[in-house]
Amino acid sequence: MSRVGREVPFEELPGINPEWSRFVHVIDSEGVNRTFHVLDTHHGHNNSPDLTLVCVHGNPTWAYLWRNLLASAPPHIRVIALDQLGMGYSERLTSQRTLAQRVQDLSSVVNALNVTTPVVSVAHDWGGPISLGWVEQVLAGHEHPIAGVVLLNTAVHQPEEFSGPGLIRLARARGLLAPVTQYSPLFVRGTTLLSGKRMPRDVARAFALPYRSAADRLSVRGFVADIPFEPDHPSRSTLDNIADSLSLLATTPVLLCWGPRDPVFSDQYLRDFQSRLPHALVHRYVGASHLVSEDAPELFSDVLQWVDGLAIGAFEELTPGHSDKAPVDLGIQVRDRAHESPRDSAITVMGKHGQDLRVSWGVLDRRIQEFAAGMRSAGIKPGERIAFLIPPGPELIALIYAAWNIGACIVIADSGLGARGLIRALRGAHPDHVFAIPRAMPITRFLQIPGLRISSRDISAFGKSASGRVETSFDPDSEGAVVFTSGSTGPAKGVMYSRARISATVEVLKDHYSLTNSDVIIAAFAPWAVFGPALGVGSVLPHMNLGSPSSLTYSSLQGAIRHAGGTLLWASPAALRNVVETAPTPVNQLSPDTGKNSAIRLILSAGAPVPSSLLMSVTRLFPGAQLRTPYGMTEALPLTDIDLDDIVELEREIVTGSERPEGVPVGKALPGVEIRIAPWHDSATLSDTPEVMGEIVIKADHMRSSYDSLVFTQAAASQFPGWHRTGDVGHVDKSGNIWVEGRRSHVITTPNGPITPVPVEQRVEKIPVVSQAACVGVGPPGKQVVVVVVVIRGNVSDTDLENSIRAVAGTQVSAVLRRKKLPMDIRHNAKINREALADWANEVLAGAQ
Amino acid sequence: MKVLITGARGLLGSAVAREVVGRGHECVVVQRNPCGVPGVTEFLDDLTDPQFSQQWIHGVEAVIHLAAKVSVTGSEHDFQRINVDATRDLMEIAQAEGVNRFIYASSPSVAHTGKPLIGADADPADPQHTRGHYSTTKGLAEQIVLAANGPAFATVALRPHLVWGPGDTQLVGRIVQRAQSNRLFLIDGGQALIDTCYVSNAATAFAQAVENAPRASGRALMVTNGEPRTVKETLQRICLAAGVPLPSRSLPHSVAMLAGSAVERVWGQRESDPPLTSFLVEQLSTAHWFDIAETKKLLDWEPTISIDEGFRLLAESYSLDNIQVS
Repeated sequence: MSRVGREVPFEELPGINPEWSRFVHVIDSEGVNRTFHVLDTHHGHNNSPDLTLVCVHGNPTWAYLWRNLLASAPPHIRVIALDQLGMGYSERLTSQRTLAQRVQDLSSVVNALNVTTPVVSVAHDWGGPISLGWVEQVLAGHEHPIAGVVLLNTAVHQPEEFSGPGLIRLARARGLLAPVTQYSPLFVRGTTLLSGKRMPRDVARAFALPYRSAADRLSVRGFVADIPFEPDHPSRSTLDNIADSLSLLATTPVLLCWGPRDPVFSDQYLRDFQSRLPHALVHRYVGASHLVSEDAPELFSDVLQWVDGLAIGAFEELTPGHSDKAPVDLGIQVRDRAHESPRDSAITVMGKHGQDLRVSWGVLDRRIQEFAAGMRSAGIKPGERIAFLIPPGPELIALIYAAWNIGACIVIADSGLGARGLIRALRGAHPDHVFAIPRAMPITRFLQIPGLRISSRDISAFGKSASGRVETSFDPDSEGAVVFTSGSTGPAKGVMYSRARISATVEVLKDHYSLTNSDVIIAAFAPWAVFGPALGVGSVLPHMNLGSPSSLTYSSLQGAIRHAGGTLLWASPAALRNVVETAPTPVNQLSPDTGKNSAIRLILSAGAPVPSSLLMSVTRLFPGAQLRTPYGMTEALPLTDIDLDDIVELEREIVTGSERPEGVPVGKALPGVEIRIAPWHDSATLSDTPEVMGEIVIKADHMRSSYDSLVFTQAAASQFPGWHRTGDVGHVDKSGNIWVEGRRSHVITTPNGPITPVPVEQRVEKIPVVSQAACVGVGPPGKQVVVVVVVIRGNVSDTDLENSIRAVAGTQVSAVLRRKKLPMDIRHNAKINREALADWANEVLAGAQ
Repeated sequence: MKVLITGARGLLGSAVAREVVGRGHECVVVQRNPCGVPGVTEFLDDLTDPQFSQQWIHGVEAVIHLAAKVSVTGSEHDFQRINVDATRDLMEIAQAEGVNRFIYASSPSVAHTGKPLIGADADPADPQHTRGHYSTTKGLAEQIVLAANGPAFATVALRPHLVWGPGDTQLVGRIVQRAQSNRLFLIDGGQALIDTCYVSNAATAFAQAVENAPRASGRALMVTNGEPRTVKETLQRICLAAGVPLPSRSLPHSVAMLAGSAVERVWGQRESDPPLTSFLVEQLSTAHWFDIAETKKLLDWEPTISIDEGFRLLAESYSLDNIQVS
C-alpha cells in the first residue's frame, strides 16, 4: 500500500489533460504529511483567474468525474478537482477517514493551492456534505468569498419518512460491506452501471482504474462505512451540524443539478435541499441518473453559464419572489354566479342517450366550499401542490377551485402522456398531495407523495363536515398551476402559472371572445372545462372521451347544443374532422339549415394547424357560427387568432404569389399580446421588421411564469427578460399577420441559409399524387441538404415524383424518400414527428455503415 | 498566362484544356497521345520518363497536373511510379523552370478511410489508412505537392468527386454498358447520398484555381456540384438520359461486399478492371457528400451547370449519338 501519490496512467483516461495533474503535499489535522492528487486547470499557468471552482467527488468516483468541466472552463475560471485521500490517485489510507477529517482535508488542500479568487464549490454524491461543511466553515470564519454553491445528486439529511438510500443501506448491511465495496469491484463497477445512458466502455473503465485491487478499494469501503445512518454514528453529529448550518448559505447563490432517475439520491433529497435552501435554483435533467453529469453532457456548460452569470446577477430574476400587488381570488366568479343565479347550470355533463347531469352554480359553489374546508382540515396548506389524476368533470372542477380557494397550487398532466410519462411528469412536479380516481391510485404509489393520497371514491365524504368562509385571495405571484406540455417535442415540461397569470388568461378569453352569462361553452378541449367557472360562464361536456379529441361526434355535439344550449365550441382539428365525418349526410350535399344548429355562435379550433378545407366543411354544418383558429402553446394561450375568411384570403395570396407566403397564417396579435421576431441570423435581437424570418418571441400578461425545476430551460426561454421564446419560427407580414413556419429545432440549416419545413411541405402537398409530405434536413448543422419524405397515393415513377417535387419545392431538394406513413406525435396525432423522421432519413441516406 | 496541362486526353483533362484556352490563356498540353483540343500546343511525352522536358516546360507559369493511373487494379509499383514519382519529378522540373502555380488533381478518396462522408470537409490526406493503391498513391502525391507550397510556388490540390458528362467513357459509359446488358444493380436499394460533379463545373474550378492559386495556396479543396443525390437516382437519371433500362435489382450490402472481395482475389493483377470490387461496393453503398463552401470562397467559383441541367445535356448527347448511328 503506497503512502505517496501514485502514477497516473493518462493514456487510459480519455478526456484528461496531463497538464492538469499535480500532487499536493499538506499536513493534515493530525499532523500527518499527506499527498493529494489534484486536477487544476491553472497548474503552471501565469494568467490569474477571476473565479475558482472547487470540485469534490463522491464515492466511488474520483476527480475524473469533473474532466469535462475542466476542459470546457474558459481561461478566466480556474477549476480544481481533488482526489480525496484513499481515492483516485491520492495516497492510500490504512484506516477509515471521517467526514470531519475530510472537511479539514479539503480546507488544507484549497489553502495549499493558493486560491486567491472568490470560490464556487461544486460537489456530487457524498462529496456534497464535505463540500458544504467546508463552505460553512469558510462562511462562518469569513475566510474567503464564496460566490456560489453547486450540488449534484447529494444529501445532507435523511428525511425521517425514508430509511435512506436502499442500495447504500444494502451495501452497508452486515457481512456485505467488505465483499461488495472492497473485496470485489461490485460497488465500483456498479456505480458506472447506474448511468441512465450506456457509458462508453473506456470512460467506465477510467472511473474504475484507480480501484483495481482490494487494497485500492479500502477507502471505498471506508466511505460507505462512514455514512451515519445510526444516531450514534461517529460522523452523525458532523453531518447534522452541516445540515443545520445551511442557514449560513441564505444569501449565497445555490444551484441544484439533479438526475431524477438516481436510485440512491432520489428526488426526495432534492426536495429536502429545496426546503432548506428555498432560494436555490433547480434544474432536473430528465432521464439522467446518479452520475448526472455523465448522463446530461450539457450540465457542465449550464453550470458555467450560471457561474458566469453570478457576477451580473443574471439568474436573479429567475429566482422566485413575491410582489405587493393585490391578492387574486380565482373563484370569485363562481360565488358571484351562485349569488345572482344559483339555479342556472354551471356544468352540464351529457350522457350517452341524450340525458344529462346538471350542476348549478349554487351547488358548485357549495361543493367547492366543502372540498376547500376538507382540504384545510386535512392539513393542506397554502403554497402546497396538489396533483389530480381525475378525468375532467364536475368533481375535478370543484376540486381545482377548492385548491385555489385554499391557496394551493394544482398540478395538471393529462393521461395522453401515458402512464410512464405521467409518472415522470408528476414526480418532477413533486406534488405534496394527490387526488386520484381508483383506477389511477396504483400510479400514486410511484409519486413519492409526502402528504395525502385520496381516492375519488372517498371524495364525496371528504369535505361534508366543513362550513364557514375564510380568506380565498392570495398573493398574485404565488403558484397557481403547474401544467405539463404535450411532450410531443421531448419530455413533458412543467409550466408554472402564477395566480395573476391564470387570472390574466381568464380575462383575455373573456374579453376577446366577448363571453357573457348567456354563453355556454361546449368543452371538447379539456382546459375549457376548467376555465368555465373562472369565467363565470356555464360549460357543457359533450358525450365523448375528453382524453381522445377524435371521439367527438356530430350527434354528441348536436346534443350539447340542443339540450344544454351550447353557444361556443372549442375543439381540436381531430375532433372537428370527426364531427364532419359523422354528420348524417355528406357535408357537401348539406343544404344550409340555419334553424338546426343556430345556437352556436363561435367555433374555436386549436392544437394543430387546421386545413381550411376542413373549416369550410364545418361552416356548412354550422352556418351561423364564426370559425376562428387561435395560436398559442402551453406557455401562453391564446396569442393570436384568425377567422376562416382571413385564412381563405391569405391562402389566395399564397396561390397568387404575393408577399412572402411562407407557412401557416395564424392571425394578428390579440390586444395585450406583443409579438417580435428574433431574426435567424441575429437571434440576440428582437425585431419588428416585417418579412424577417426568425423565432417568434412573445410577451403577455397571461403567459407562463416559469418552468418548474428547469432553470436552464427557463433561462433559454427567457433570454429576453420578460419575453418568452416560443421555439416556433416564422415571420410577421406587412399587415401584422403572424405566419408560423415550423419549430426552431426543425429548421434545416443549409450552406445557403435556413430553410423552414412547413412552406416546402405545403407546396409539395399540392401535388395530387402526394397525400402527405415532410421536409427534413440531412447532414451536419450548417451544411445540411433538404430531403422530402412523402406518402403517395397511387403510382408514380421515382423520376416523375422527383421532378414534380423539385418543380414546386422552392428550394433545392437532394432526395425524395417514400414511406407508407409518417411518424406522428403520440398526443394529438396531428404533428409530424420530424425529429424521428430526420433521424430515419439521416440513417437511410448514410447507406451501409 | 502560359498554362501547362498534363493528362488532357480524358473527360476532365480535355474539358480543362478547353476552358483554359477559352479564357484566352496560352495552353500547352503533354501526354503520350494527342488530345485534339483545338487551340492547344501539344507535346507528346511520357511523364514517367520525360525525354524533352525543357521543351514543353519553357516559359510556363502555371501547371495543371491531371495525368494519373486511375484504374482499380494494377501493381503497386506502377501506381507509385505514375502517381507519386512522376508528380514529384514534374513538380521539380516546374520549380526549376520558375513556374509559380501548381494545381494538382487529387481525389476525395485520399482522405476516405471507409466511414460514410456526410457534409464532409476536405480532410487531410491519410495514405496510411486509405484503401487501394490508387487512393494511397494519390494521397502521397497530394502530401508532396502541398508540402512544396511556398511564397514563390503556390500549390493547390483539387479533389473532384465522380466527374461525369457527355462523352464520358469511364463512369457514364460503364453504367450504360452494364444497364444495356442488364448487369446494373443497386446495393441496399441505392439509398446512400453521393456527390457528383458535372464535368464543366470541374473544369471551371481548375481554371479558377490557376487564376486564384495564391489565395488558395497550400489547400486541398473539394470540387462537386454541391447537389448530392442518392445512388439510385444518379444511376436512374444516367440510364434515362442514355435510353437504357433502369436498374431494377438490388443486392444486400453484405452479399455485394463478399462478392467484391472474392472478385478482387480472383482478378489479381489483370490489366482490365474487374466487374466488382469491395472498394466499388463501398463507394456505391455509403454516403459521400461534401461541404464545398470553402472551395467556392477561395476559388471564387460556383458550379454553373446544375445536376438536372447536366442530365439534360447528357440526354441530348445520347440522342445526337443515336441520330449519327441511324
